[in-house]
Amino acid sequence: MTVTIATPEPAVRAASSAPRDRTFLLILPALAVLVCMFLVPLALFFVRSFTEFDGTTAQFIDQGGDLLLSQAYLTALGTTNWISLIVTVVTLLIGYPIAYYLTTATGVGVTIVVLSIVLPYFTSIIVRTFSWMVLLGEHGIVNNVLLSAGLISAPLSLMYNRLGVLVGMSYVLLPYMVLTLYAAMRAIEPSLLRAAAGLGASGFYTFRRVYFPLSLHGVLSGALIVYILSIGFFITPALMGGQHDIMIAMLIDRALEVAVDWPSAALMSLTLLVVTLTLYAVYYRVTDIRRLIGGR
Amino acid sequence: MVAELAPPAPLAAPDTHQARAAVELRGLTKRYGEETVVDALAASIAPGEFFSLLGPSGSGKTTTLMMVAGFVRPDGGTVLLDGKDIAAVAPHRRGFGMVFQNYAVFPHLNVFENIAFPLRARRWAKDAIGERVRSALDLVRLGRFADRDARQLSGGQQQRVALARAIVFHPPVVLMDEPLGALDKNLRFEMQVEIKEIQQRLGMTVLYVTHDQEEAMSMSDRIAIMDHGRIHQVGSPGEVYERPVNPFVCCFLGEANLIEGTVTSEASEVVRLCLPSGQELRAPRSDGCRTGRGMLFIRPERVEIAPGTARSGDPKANSLAGNVRRCSFLGNILRYAVDVNGAAPITVDLQNAAGVAPLPVGAPVVLRWPVADSLILAGER
Repeated sequence: MTVTIATPEPAVRAASSAPRDRTFLLILPALAVLVCMFLVPLALFFVRSFTEFDGTTAQFIDQGGDLLLSQAYLTALGTTNWISLIVTVVTLLIGYPIAYYLTTATGVGVTIVVLSIVLPYFTSIIVRTFSWMVLLGEHGIVNNVLLSAGLISAPLSLMYNRLGVLVGMSYVLLPYMVLTLYAAMRAIEPSLLRAAAGLGASGFYTFRRVYFPLSLHGVLSGALIVYILSIGFFITPALMGGQHDIMIAMLIDRALEVAVDWPSAALMSLTLLVVTLTLYAVYYRVTDIRRLIGGR
Repeated sequence: MVAELAPPAPLAAPDTHQARAAVELRGLTKRYGEETVVDALAASIAPGEFFSLLGPSGSGKTTTLMMVAGFVRPDGGTVLLDGKDIAAVAPHRRGFGMVFQNYAVFPHLNVFENIAFPLRARRWAKDAIGERVRSALDLVRLGRFADRDARQLSGGQQQRVALARAIVFHPPVVLMDEPLGALDKNLRFEMQVEIKEIQQRLGMTVLYVTHDQEEAMSMSDRIAIMDHGRIHQVGSPGEVYERPVNPFVCCFLGEANLIEGTVTSEASEVVRLCLPSGQELRAPRSDGCRTGRGMLFIRPERVEIAPGTARSGDPKANSLAGNVRRCSFLGNILRYAVDVNGAAPITVDLQNAAGVAPLPVGAPVVLRWPVADSLILAGER
């Protein structure tokens, strides 16, 4: 036999003599902005807050523990979690059919649905929240219509309570869910659905056994992104919620603005940050981010 | 044009004249806008028959299959399954087994669950499912792969899963849409043999779509050659290869020489074709013979080539003198292009047997082939 197995050396030499890949330089501007405008101020905030605390480390831990176990904090934590969960479920239930529609339909309908989802996405969150307040207020459009139709005798309280928060937040977060699900559904080969039908599966069976399982990672990604965004929400619950709808972000705001208690604000911010980053790590594991933005 | 039904193929071909058709297509038509993709197609497939739709891409063969499967609604005509019109039957209730071009193996299910899919969709009992899936796995020789993730399979293995999945519920009719298109050549041949064996063992009726003429010829009982939404000819592989009805069929099924000339004396048993150079070629009388412009068809492997200039006087053979224009080495054969006076170069295939040395370019040669293997076709190329 004269055939010999090629040694890896030539390949190695070729690699080292090839021009170095410098594409990573392209992210430097974005990285610089992120570091200067976000990471550095964040670090300064924490450093300043914790150095402002005059006392021993033991006292700090003691008081910090008290804060994190306080009734106000635990209640806000529970409220935040509960609201975020419901918002996640609501956006999923509303978003799944919309995303499915977008992947299958063609023509004017798609354009209308895409516009009505994407346009608000580009509108200020405050504007959108105020729009809902116009709709849901005590003398808002919904109550006026119901009253004049004679369906109710007194205005319903649709706002300044948990319902208002849920409606507002679900609306604001729906596009994230729809776009995430859409990306996952687009990746499902239509030929698989045809194969299922060709092999004797009814439409519902095909959905249950083929379509839904294949869209599951999109469901997971969408649910995580909506939940992550929900737990840090501030404006919508602040404007549309009642006095029992205090979420963590609002508590942090009060610590800063009302109590001027920077160490407490910093500590709560830090816990929120840790939770968020942990969920992002999970999100990163289940989601191929490049696929979300159109790549394959 | 639709040719008459073929005589039974050499293999255990079913008698297409008497048994009721398993699948019958009557005037099947599909239009997309202005374009007629499938044009009044008629075919009758006997129970147990392996029937291929063969044609170039865009000939309407896949559209025809999709209309049979129920995924494409015909604009005209009917599909009869066991004599019954199935126009109103939803695809999942038609009861076909199906193998798709890209296999369409479910990526989230393992091999066992992929094959069990049609049984579960039909709400079979658990024990029966296990038993049937295992025998299907054995049939396609994937017994050891039951728990394997579908995504970890090679192309050939996925193809086998798709095949097992299509036959696991013992459908009377299996539809296959270019199932071997994505496989490499060796594997494709292996799978052809396997599919054919399984089809014969289970007595399945198969409607098979392919653009590969060798594939169609090696597996089919009968082939329908399609182009532009119409069937040009239906017949056994031997018949469509040896007795093509028109230039399209003879050129689509492999290399062919079409020597143009003028047909004379169509009435007698031997028809003569006069070349522009004045030389005469002969062929047996056939349906396509008409006085006027015509072509003589002969396959390259039927032509003998010998050095020299002396033409044969044998009345049973056609003979032309010429010069070697080119000789291509194709491995098992040597393919010559020979310039002859007054005709396009003639292709000659010579087995690359022991002791065969290529003739040099320019060498004078004599071509010779049996009159009985020649066929006169009407018209021009």
